[in-house]
Amino acid sequence: MKITQDSPPVLTALDRPNSYIGRSVPRPNLQRLTHGRGQYVSDVNLPRMAHVAYVRSPHAHARIVKIVTTAAKKAPGVTAVVTGAELAQVMTPWVGVLTHLKGLKSAPQAPIAVERACWQGEAVCAVVARTRAEAEDACELVNVSYEALPAVTDPETALDAKTPVIHPALGDNLCFERKLDAGAVDKAFAEADTVVEATFRFGRHTGVTTEPRAVVADWNEGEQRLTVYHGTQAPHMMQNLFAKHLGIAEHQVRVLTKDVGGSFGIKVHTYADEMATVALSKLLKRPVKFVADRIESFVTDIHARDHRIKGKIGVSKDGTITAFEIDDLTGIGPYSVYPRTSGIEANQIVNLTGGPYRCPNYRAQTRVVFQNKNVMCQYRAVGHPIAVAVTEGLVELAAAKIGIDPLELRRRNLVPDDAYPTQSAAGLKFELLSHHEALAHLDSMMNYAGLRSEQKKLRGKGIYRGIGFASFIEVTNPSAAFYGVGGARITSMDGATVKLDAQGAIIVHTGVTEQGQGAEAVVAQCVASSFGIPLGKVRVVTGDTDNTPYGGGTWASRAAGIGGEAAWQAGKALRANVVAVAASILQAKPEDLDIRNGVVIDKETGTERLPLDELARVAYFRPDTLPPGFQAELMATRHYVPRAWPFAFTNGIQASYLEVDTDTGFVKLLKHWCVEDCGTIINPQLVDEQIRGGVVQGIGAALFEHCLYDERGQLLNGNMADYLVPMAAEMPDIECGHVVSPTADSELGAKGAGEAGTAGAPGSVMNAINDALRPLGAQPLTDMPFTPDKILRALGKV
Amino acid sequence: MSNRVLDISLTVNGERLQTRVDARKTLVDFLREDLALTGSHIGCEHGVCGACTVRVNGEIVRGCLMLAVQCDGGSVETIEGLSDSGEVADLQAAFEQRNALQCGYCTPGMLATAQDLLKRGDVPSRDEIREHLSGNYCRCTGYHAIVDAVEAVAHARAGAKK
Amino acid sequence: MKPAPFAYAKVRTLKEAVALLAKHKDDARLLAGGQSLIATLNMRLSAPELLIDINGIKGLDGIAKKGKFVEIGALARHAQVEHSDIVARHAPLIALAMPHIGHPAIRNRGTFGGSIAFADPAAELPACLLALGGEIDIAGPKGKRKVKADAFFKGLFETALRPQEMVTAIRVPAADKNTRVGFAELARRHGDYAIVGLAASARAGGKGLVDVRLAFFGVGATPVRAKNAEAALASSNIDTAVAALDLAPHDDVQATARVKKHLAGVLLRRVAEQLMEPRP
Repeated sequence: MKITQDSPPVLTALDRPNSYIGRSVPRPNLQRLTHGRGQYVSDVNLPRMAHVAYVRSPHAHARIVKIVTTAAKKAPGVTAVVTGAELAQVMTPWVGVLTHLKGLKSAPQAPIAVERACWQGEAVCAVVARTRAEAEDACELVNVSYEALPAVTDPETALDAKTPVIHPALGDNLCFERKLDAGAVDKAFAEADTVVEATFRFGRHTGVTTEPRAVVADWNEGEQRLTVYHGTQAPHMMQNLFAKHLGIAEHQVRVLTKDVGGSFGIKVHTYADEMATVALSKLLKRPVKFVADRIESFVTDIHARDHRIKGKIGVSKDGTITAFEIDDLTGIGPYSVYPRTSGIEANQIVNLTGGPYRCPNYRAQTRVVFQNKNVMCQYRAVGHPIAVAVTEGLVELAAAKIGIDPLELRRRNLVPDDAYPTQSAAGLKFELLSHHEALAHLDSMMNYAGLRSEQKKLRGKGIYRGIGFASFIEVTNPSAAFYGVGGARITSMDGATVKLDAQGAIIVHTGVTEQGQGAEAVVAQCVASSFGIPLGKVRVVTGDTDNTPYGGGTWASRAAGIGGEAAWQAGKALRANVVAVAASILQAKPEDLDIRNGVVIDKETGTERLPLDELARVAYFRPDTLPPGFQAELMATRHYVPRAWPFAFTNGIQASYLEVDTDTGFVKLLKHWCVEDCGTIINPQLVDEQIRGGVVQGIGAALFEHCLYDERGQLLNGNMADYLVPMAAEMPDIECGHVVSPTADSELGAKGAGEAGTAGAPGSVMNAINDALRPLGAQPLTDMPFTPDKILRALGKV
Repeated sequence: MSNRVLDISLTVNGERLQTRVDARKTLVDFLREDLALTGSHIGCEHGVCGACTVRVNGEIVRGCLMLAVQCDGGSVETIEGLSDSGEVADLQAAFEQRNALQCGYCTPGMLATAQDLLKRGDVPSRDEIREHLSGNYCRCTGYHAIVDAVEAVAHARAGAKK
Repeated sequence: MKPAPFAYAKVRTLKEAVALLAKHKDDARLLAGGQSLIATLNMRLSAPELLIDINGIKGLDGIAKKGKFVEIGALARHAQVEHSDIVARHAPLIALAMPHIGHPAIRNRGTFGGSIAFADPAAELPACLLALGGEIDIAGPKGKRKVKADAFFKGLFETALRPQEMVTAIRVPAADKNTRVGFAELARRHGDYAIVGLAASARAGGKGLVDVRLAFFGVGATPVRAKNAEAALASSNIDTAVAALDLAPHDDVQATARVKKHLAGVLLRRVAEQLMEPRP
């Protein structure tokens, strides 16, 4: 119950007096949210604003024969009823491809379907009305005639000759494929003493952000400017895309994100219905608001994680892992999502499998196929939960088969802590990781030996508890290698502008955005530390393309490492500027001065010389008193982009302790642990909380969450009662530990931490369930989510 | 006697109101749209996520499963009211200190429900806290910090009573 | 989603409610707790012309011990029933079930009568009523009548309520020192509709149990009494009772029929143990 401790201070170039680096300070601006006075996009109201509701295809695949809108247009409160063909006059379609994913192909996607609906839930007509309720009433009066077409709903047969091709122009239903072959895999398997194979399945997920997707688009015809209130993680990216597809310039577009009710990657993508809303505003020359309701969200928010992987591991008698192999198949939707593409998740799986281990023999292949189901794209920890579950699942199956303790098997194979820099078989470059130190820390934190003996004692009484682990590596702080090199206008750079105001406080404008993870707080802590001012005097402005440096926003766990570094540097630069002003006022040498706690001080003695509010007064209002030729510069801007490494990899290890009720197949989670190395920790409490939230999302994957489709492409459980998200009563306490391996690619040395929890949780829970059931001779479970049904079947009870 | 639009009188956060409302308008939509009290949030409109939890006549309810017209003659308290009166100040402080909120969207409902539990006066166990909050969905925190915060406040209130 | 438009009328008496129901027939729905109704309206699964709000009818929310029975008014809120001393002491099976119904905010509005009338096959209270051999009081255009629980639940969301009738009260035999009750349900998450549940009552008689009533829920279109298993349990043979379980569940989103049947057997064992225990 204790609050996360501050990290012990580490003497580095970061050593600044009264530094906030490593301190678990509460986030500023939380009062706004606890008082219910936030401003989420769904709260935004503008004069003359109209609401849009979409008529959506009930069919997974159908030709739109005719749309009759006469009755709908006459309904009370209706402003306009607009079809895809009409909207095409205002907005161009898009294609979700990137050149660095070789061969990735996709068909053009329009904001509202024209001629053909390709998934159940795709919008086929827009109704704009005075209120959302009236828009929905009128939607019921829109008469759409469909000609149902065969739906492609099984990834295993999507590429068969007799399966219809969804987009004939593409030739087949293959979106992307990739093969990798490193070392001598066949030889390694042939020579291995033991080979273990398993087929892993991962159910389709959806993010279920507590606040659904929302956008308010405001085209001002007089100003010829578009303002979009958007719960997006990447406002500058959206600014570019809105401009591009409306045929206007970026500087005519302003994107504002205020409070966002959860995102987790769901809100970093381009959605047809959001683009349509923007287009409608331009068409109708008035603000238009769209808030997806929960039922719509289930069939339109990007799905993720729908994979089938055949995995294979070779081990020698002494426990050396000699080879990994995977064959991945994933069924996405009918379009690759724009602009980040739906090939990234599969690509990551190929990259990451086997990553923590020094095993040079690795072969992988993936095929990404189109289906007539909702679209799929990046969602928290993109690909990692799957790659980690497959890798760690195979590792523990192998450990069990050869009779070596699972932690011990890892000790024998994890890349040694002194082996860096190094490269994985898949070609990933690692700067500095700490697999062994993390493992040792976890071992002691969880009292592994104690849990094993408790497990043994309880087995004697017919109580089956399991312990499962997952080691992982995690992609953070991406460079242009992630998207930029593929031609996407998605920046990996970020910037911060800091300004001393007229009363001596600091305003920071940052290109990273906030969806609750604490990006604002982290940026404030960095500036407060590098500049030298109490945190309470730092205000952060974020989420406004008119008023922040051009930035990438928040995704791939980049806010602390990249946004924080830019803020740190900007704070330093401003300090130098302000010290120059102080030197000029005090007739002292700049090198003899510093700023601490909001006051200019004598560096050597610490004597306070000049408070900042006084300095600001002189600089702003009495520049006549400064020496001629001296110009005060009370603003500074710095940018940062990682250059030395394509990604700042982090590492960690998780453990799950649980009990399986072998009569009912129900799993009770007793405890969960995660040791995470994310480099320099700026705010330990925020890191722990990111881990905890991420772990629970991963638990959702392991036990509860699954978008169930029937063979006709109908989503069967698209509501909150039937799609099971983790709630408080079933979740365990989660203990977090840390190791610190800073990156040398930035002065702060911070890596990211937002996704690690989700990366390792599903694999560790799976391993714990199998550990619990192993003595009963149960077939290993590798098909997530692990429902009571599946557990009872594995136990032979049904 | 029956109508699609009705006049209602009610008290919201202590303020007496007389207004006209569509019969079909839910309480949470009424609060958000007609009164601009946007602190109560909509997460599902099927009563499962708890983001719309408010107090009606002193009891917590789902704002999406009540109609505004049902509150005629009644009293409604939202997070804005609970906040301004100071009733949940210690819970808010504990949530802020422990980062028991991230995006903040579930928080008003979570605070109302936590207050409902703590109003009873005893110190609930962590399991009891989890059970009482089991109808409030949070996607960000994983619940651990929320349980910590509620537990800490329960102890503090019990200690203060001695 | 937002509900389709409807008209709303708040009635003050049973007579008014029945009159409006008679007048509007299938175009009207009764609004009591609203925890199921408003959710269906929000999803536009239902679009009545008129909602008749009966929450203002006085005298329908009492909880009382009346001789050898406990009577619960149709408008008694779940929260009221959950915290009622009378229910705790004299209707312990219902007391066991209450914390499983939804969540606190739902229980503050949802009503006992609403749950009975709605008759969700995975709901707790219809099964409790069946297990206790309770009785339902009904009012309608043709006057008042009573229906026994065994005859009340007819099909999926279908009860013995005729058009324009409404539930006014529910009556169950009060427990005495020989009453035995047991309750268990399996739900993936606390408060969810049960995958399978069992509400059971019996009386201690001689060496074993008599009057065993096992009402399973989540296993069919209605709560189901497993009569073969009841007979076996009366002879204290748990294994026979489990083997004799006469249930024919269907697959649903939550679980397959086979799993439901298996879980029903597990619950039977657990509840049988509860039934064997004397009353505290």
